Amino acid sequence: MMMEFSRRTLFAGAGGLVLAGCDKIAASPNVRKLLTLGESATFSAQRLVSDRAALAPEFSLADLSPVFRVNGNGNPGTPDYDAHVAGAFADWRLAVDGLVERPLSLSLAQLRAAPHRTQITRHDCVEGWSAIGQWAGTPLRLLLQQAGLRSSARYIVFHCADLSGGRPYYESVDLIDALHPQTILAWAMNGQTLSVPHGAPLRLRVERQLGYKQAKYVMRVEAVQSLAGLYGGKGGYWEDVADYQWYAGI
Amino acid sequence: MSDTPDAGLPATAPAPFYRHKLATRLWHWVNALSVFVMLMSGLMIFNAHPRLYWGKYGANPDHPWLEVMPGHIRVGPVVLPGFGVFGVSANGRGYAVNPLFTIPSHYDLSGSREWHFAFAWLLVVPGLLYLAWTLIGPHKRDLAPTLDELRPSHILHDIGQHARLRFPTGEAAKRYNILQKLSYAGVIFVLLPGVVATGMTMSPGLNAAWPWLLDLFGGRQSARSIHFICAMGLAAFIIVHVLMVILAGPINEVRSMISGWYRPHPDPVNAAIAEPAE
Repeated sequence: MMMEFSRRTLFAGAGGLVLAGCDKIAASPNVRKLLTLGESATFSAQRLVSDRAALAPEFSLADLSPVFRVNGNGNPGTPDYDAHVAGAFADWRLAVDGLVERPLSLSLAQLRAAPHRTQITRHDCVEGWSAIGQWAGTPLRLLLQQAGLRSSARYIVFHCADLSGGRPYYESVDLIDALHPQTILAWAMNGQTLSVPHGAPLRLRVERQLGYKQAKYVMRVEAVQSLAGLYGGKGGYWEDVADYQWYAGI
Repeated sequence: MSDTPDAGLPATAPAPFYRHKLATRLWHWVNALSVFVMLMSGLMIFNAHPRLYWGKYGANPDHPWLEVMPGHIRVGPVVLPGFGVFGVSANGRGYAVNPLFTIPSHYDLSGSREWHFAFAWLLVVPGLLYLAWTLIGPHKRDLAPTLDELRPSHILHDIGQHARLRFPTGEAAKRYNILQKLSYAGVIFVLLPGVVATGMTMSPGLNAAWPWLLDLFGGRQSARSIHFICAMGLAAFIIVHVLMVILAGPINEVRSMISGWYRPHPDPVNAAIAEPAE
């Protein structure tokens, strides 16, 4: 028993030393650089083998997840947002601005009256789980065409109503994904008005990327030239707070 | 020139022979590093959602075929103990996989993904080159089992010999035995291609480029399950492989994988031990 105990302690001690070494290696700037190189190689390779307009797989109604898991914030709960919920989003407006010729301010009724796309797609969380849901919404491309993107615009930023730890949620995509036919601002899910836990009144669907890119509670769409000046500068809430990869195609 | 050992004579050290070509040795060590990092960073990714499903979707409201619980791991209807590897508690929180076996060694999903997808390149690019080298050149003959070797009686005999720790000697040690052929070919042609293809099937970006991958594996969550099964197969291979190297003489074995030169065990002595009057 004693022997067993001391051997185990020795093992744990040695293991701890090795791990401390590993974590030291992982923290070195050169290793970080090497890993970042791998990340950009993955991004470039994916873009190389994918057609710009290649569609994410779409499914049938029979494939729908029986229960679509709610993840992240389930309710922004700010006084402004609560007032919009109480008023069924009648006074709510989506702003489309930044590097555009004609900034827009659109009501939910205007969005619903515009041409829309319905798609049954798979939502993949970065953690590993997947859920299949049906989404209906306005193609982002239509809104950007209406507003007239300036030639200096490189990224589209989505500003959201929810906060985590006091920081506003936001996300961004490049123009390839922004203009992709399946990229929509969804106002309906599984045939019903988008619910609060799933991002009412409007949620981004960018179907070739992971779940944290699918911003909920979208209030404002902004065209920018660079992500550097926004919030933490890495192009998204999770990118800023926990170093998640900006390109989330894998 | 009396190099040929005659039966009954005391063994003289047999001449070393060139066992592993440069491509094999290079790939072996590059792969040892990349598989090591892939397994450990992969286990950290698994930590984020330690449940596996079959089909196109699968999340907390759905039924997993494998899940890690505190102190236990459930596979189908069977609940197994975690053996200190699965379902442990460390640094004041629960971990699906003991942080001793993960990269990084604390909960860090984005960091482990960074490691996993960077080292994936080191796994895939040299792996493809080695696969091509194997299939084009003469190396495939080293791995291809003969019909005679595939007889169940032959395989059972070899398993029995391995279980008694009697390893091939002399001439027989110059080529792979059937268990080596099957396990090396299984790693090169099944487990590694399988783990890479299922890994790519989990990418929503690649799903748009190559949707047929999803059909091949029966959906993203099935691909994730097969990915984990292949990875565990590789882990099992590594454990047995390292054990065999230690039992067969680690210095000689490791030297042959560094320099290429292998010194067979003296034949007559071992033959006398290995083959009692049958």
